[in-house]
Amino acid sequence: MLTYAPVDADQGVIQKIFYVHVPMAIVALGGFIAGGVMAIMYLRTRDRRWDIRSYVTIHLSIVLAVGVLITGSIWARASWGHWWVWDEPMLVVFLIVFLLYATYQPLRFSIEDPEKQARYASVFAITAGAFVPLCFGAVRMAEQVTHPQAATMTTSGPGSVTVTFLVALSAMTLLFITLCKYEMASKNVTATVRRLRRRLAGDDDDDQLSATGRSAAPQL
Amino acid sequence: MRATVAALLRKELALELRTRESVPAMVLFTVTTYVIFHFGLDRNSVEGDLAAGVLWVTLLFAAILGINRLFVADHEQGGFDGFLLAPVDRTAMLVAKAVALLAFLCLVELVAVPAFALLLLGPSLGQALPELLVVLLAADVGIAVVGTLVAALAIQTRARDLMVPLLALPLLVPVVLGASQATSPLLEQRGAAALPGDWLSLLALYDLLFALIAYAVFDFLLED
Repeated sequence: MLTYAPVDADQGVIQKIFYVHVPMAIVALGGFIAGGVMAIMYLRTRDRRWDIRSYVTIHLSIVLAVGVLITGSIWARASWGHWWVWDEPMLVVFLIVFLLYATYQPLRFSIEDPEKQARYASVFAITAGAFVPLCFGAVRMAEQVTHPQAATMTTSGPGSVTVTFLVALSAMTLLFITLCKYEMASKNVTATVRRLRRRLAGDDDDDQLSATGRSAAPQL
Repeated sequence: MRATVAALLRKELALELRTRESVPAMVLFTVTTYVIFHFGLDRNSVEGDLAAGVLWVTLLFAAILGINRLFVADHEQGGFDGFLLAPVDRTAMLVAKAVALLAFLCLVELVAVPAFALLLLGPSLGQALPELLVVLLAADVGIAVVGTLVAALAIQTRARDLMVPLLALPLLVPVVLGASQATSPLLEQRGAAALPGDWLSLLALYDLLFALIAYAVFDFLLED
């Protein structure tokens, strides 16, 4: 797929990082906003599964955001000559959004009561989810736009660029969804194993052990 | 609703008048920070975008001090319980706290801005003052709303003092951006230029958006 799209005349082979960097950024931002929507669902239904979905989505989006910052830095070094460019709105916004979401887990883990933790984390996820588009608008206003726009890069070039980009974007989206499902499945299995083990031990008291996991991450 | 907000606001202001915990500390902090900037930048006077940056960074960090203290008395001395037992709308707490924080910020700026003009600012402030007041007010509303939300989020966590700046600073980046971009032409050495309207409208948009978000989610922070 990567050899199918033409090599950029200006930037050379390094431009191929575009097919990883941009889909990753789009999926990460989409994940942050989706996490906020799931948090709204949690506050409406008070179903713990929505809270865990929101947690898993934001958690994986943070991982992708680290990848975006690293690949973006490499691309910036190759095409603009600097690892970090301040008059580059996308980079700066991404850093701000990443710094904000980096406090999501410390916030969660510093609240012990699981119900309160879920509620507070949801409030954070909604606020931060609404902050993402606002911040993009604000910083875009501040800087002149030198960042290559995904839309212009994919529509002005030859058709193979568009195809490759769309394939990369859907691959990244599917990877993200798979990882989310994987982590959810892992949480479900852990909860089931814990329940069965407790039953084997002859302890039918469900509430007693539920909050005493080794990790502070939310559990079913 | 209005009576509740008024009662809560009276309580906040009476508390601050008697304990004098937040505002004097914030004022002292701003003046100390100007001294720090004087030595850190090694400059006797600043103007233009540097002046706007120094002013806004100082005010923002002073606001963090106030945000940190905002719910401490309610948390430690059962103010939340008393409020939740009362048959009143919970949004009243958000409004009262945000207005109280706004009042604290205005009081701080009453000293901090003249002190800035006296200690660090190169050009005179005189003719740009009305525009500066507009920017200050627009930014303060944003800081007060976001600060109230963050303070209510952080008060229940174990590491409250750590969570407040970590949460509030990234959220307030657009405020600092808008406010310092709008302030810098006012503080130019060659005389104040016009107030950039688009930055002011960014601040207004931010205030409006976060006021709506805070209104929507604040109730969930008070259920116990």
